[in-house]
Amino acid sequence: MRRGSIIFQLAVRNIRLNLLRSLLAALGIVIGVIAIAAMGMMGANMTLMVKDQMSEMGNVLTVTHDAGTDGGGGPGGGPPGMSRASNDDEDDSYITESQFRAIRSAVGSNGTVYTVHSTNDRFSAGTRDGRATVYGLDPDVIPRILNLSDGAYPKGESGALVGASLAERFNLTLGSRLSLGDEDEGTHTIRVVGIVEERGMSFDLSTDMAVILPEKAYTSFYGNEEQYNQVNVILRDIDSADATSTSITERLNAKKRQVRVSDASRMLESITSTIGTMTTFVMAIAGISLLVAAVSIFNVMMMSVTERVREIGIMRSLGTQKTEILKMFLYESAVLGVTGSLIGAAGSFGIGYLVVVSLLGSADHFFEPQSLVYLPLAMLVGTAICILSGLYPSWRAAKLDPIEALRAE
Amino acid sequence: MSPAPIIELEEVTRIYPLPAGDVVALDHVSLSIEEGEFVAIMGPSGSGKTTLLNQIGCLDVPTSGRLRIAGREVGQMTDHELTELRLRKIGYIFQRFNLIPLLTAYENVEYPYLMMHRQNDATGWVAGLLASLGIDEALSAHRPAELSGGQQQRVAIARALVNDPSILICDEPTGNLDSRTGTQIMEILSDLNRRGRTIVIVTHDQTVAEYADRVITIRDGRPS
Ligand SMILES: Nc1ncnc2c1ncn2[C@@H]1O[C@H](COP(=O)(O)OP(=O)(O)OP(=O)(O)O)[C@@H](O)[C@H]1O
Ligand SMILES: [Mg+2]
Repeated sequence: MRRGSIIFQLAVRNIRLNLLRSLLAALGIVIGVIAIAAMGMMGANMTLMVKDQMSEMGNVLTVTHDAGTDGGGGPGGGPPGMSRASNDDEDDSYITESQFRAIRSAVGSNGTVYTVHSTNDRFSAGTRDGRATVYGLDPDVIPRILNLSDGAYPKGESGALVGASLAERFNLTLGSRLSLGDEDEGTHTIRVVGIVEERGMSFDLSTDMAVILPEKAYTSFYGNEEQYNQVNVILRDIDSADATSTSITERLNAKKRQVRVSDASRMLESITSTIGTMTTFVMAIAGISLLVAAVSIFNVMMMSVTERVREIGIMRSLGTQKTEILKMFLYESAVLGVTGSLIGAAGSFGIGYLVVVSLLGSADHFFEPQSLVYLPLAMLVGTAICILSGLYPSWRAAKLDPIEALRAE
Repeated sequence: MSPAPIIELEEVTRIYPLPAGDVVALDHVSLSIEEGEFVAIMGPSGSGKTTLLNQIGCLDVPTSGRLRIAGREVGQMTDHELTELRLRKIGYIFQRFNLIPLLTAYENVEYPYLMMHRQNDATGWVAGLLASLGIDEALSAHRPAELSGGQQQRVAIARALVNDPSILICDEPTGNLDSRTGTQIMEILSDLNRRGRTIVIVTHDQTVAEYADRVITIRDGRPS
């Protein structure tokens, strides 16, 4: 046994002497550690799940017309008035057939390129009116990008697909008739031949509340032949996203900005940063429980110092340095902190798992390092809080005057 | 010429500043104690005996005046140096025994040894010391609360001796003991004195004072 270890022994024996009181104080740390770790793990799992979902559409690039005519400043560089003007432009700015061909050759064998017409229009179905996005897609491409839950892909010009949510909302079934447009400007009646499977929010096409027409049907009603709202690229390999995106912009934007290429990563960035902010906030709230724990540790340490004043006096009279007294009480709070944090970490493992499963419905990512890292992190915070709470009481103990302390009862 | 005294006080004053007014516990006390002397301090309650003993034991420093222990000026020392001096040069025996309740008898005796040598006693010195004071191995494993007063005071004496101090400071060491046990303790101290240790003892008991070479009586903070 070294000199330090008798001081440590004294700290441990004092905890054992007041076991119940010490355990109750450590309980606060246990709860705080569990709260912080569980919240942290939930945030991490949420981020990982979103990344999963996003990577499913990570193989899509979308190309849209870029209104910025002077290649100088980036987007958002100009004054607000100007950017509004360019938005107005964008309404009737399309990707032209020749640009589409250029994109297709820029992509080459890296993926499949298809054009998208889209607009927003009124429609009526039976007695009910509504608005929906209307897409015009190449009938050869439709089967490759959309799955049907019912019916068949359109062949003739009057056949159309509707999204699952739209079908449900307006009671559309196979064979239902739908009038697009309004009375004044003429309507165009189509027949539902298939229902598109629910796809959720998506980056390339949002079909759940949409009507999908074959390209010919779309252009015969809305015009815009050989003018596209958007060109989508389905990549063969996710890793080629950057290269393909660069090759498109190099070919089309070399002289003058014509198109903007987007992929899912920017969206992913903003979503994960939102989750990160949220997680930090929730963890801070959980941290309040650690603050309460800090108060109870402080309290127990003050009690411990008060009870042991005489003992401190004896130790000082026997030639124990102030720093050793300080250490003895810091050891005591550290032991409380480490014990509480260890129990807390064990608890976080179980409770964190339950929280993740019940709130997110899946624990696929629970055992990944990004999620489990919150266990040691919360332990570290818990222990640090304990030691910090013990700092003042320990300092008080160390600076006690030996003769005053010896006079204590 | 005789060597310099081991304990030397020059005009030592100790004032306790209290809200109700300053208490002068020691009032310009000058005295010296030679190495190997056995000195008893007597006087009525509140006369300043413990205060004087605390000065000699380096637990406290004078408000004014000069105090030299083993040739070193105490007034200028840092807390760290004072503590180190207590550890190496002075052994304490108190009326209330003052053993550390969380440690066994053996650990109590070993405690100052650990503080000084930074490692356990592997030589059997601690156990031998306890045995020479009549505390056997079985008793050594007990905590202080499980020992009688006489046994506790023997452990305390062993603890005071473990770092081989040159000065033993005793504040009413027999005050909490029956007369037979008290006599035994005094025989032990007297024996230690014969072997060369300087002993300063505070007592109310005339029979205890008879063991001393010299009796200093103080009244109202002054020797008389
Ligand atoms: N820490 C202190 N703070 C304030 N006053 C003190 C302190 N210690 C002692 N005194 C006062 O100093 C005076 C001397 O006290 P001291 O303890 O030295 O007396 P004593 O001779 O040891 O008495 P006793 O025989 O009762 O032990 C007393 O008036 C006491 O009240
Ligand atoms: Mg006294």
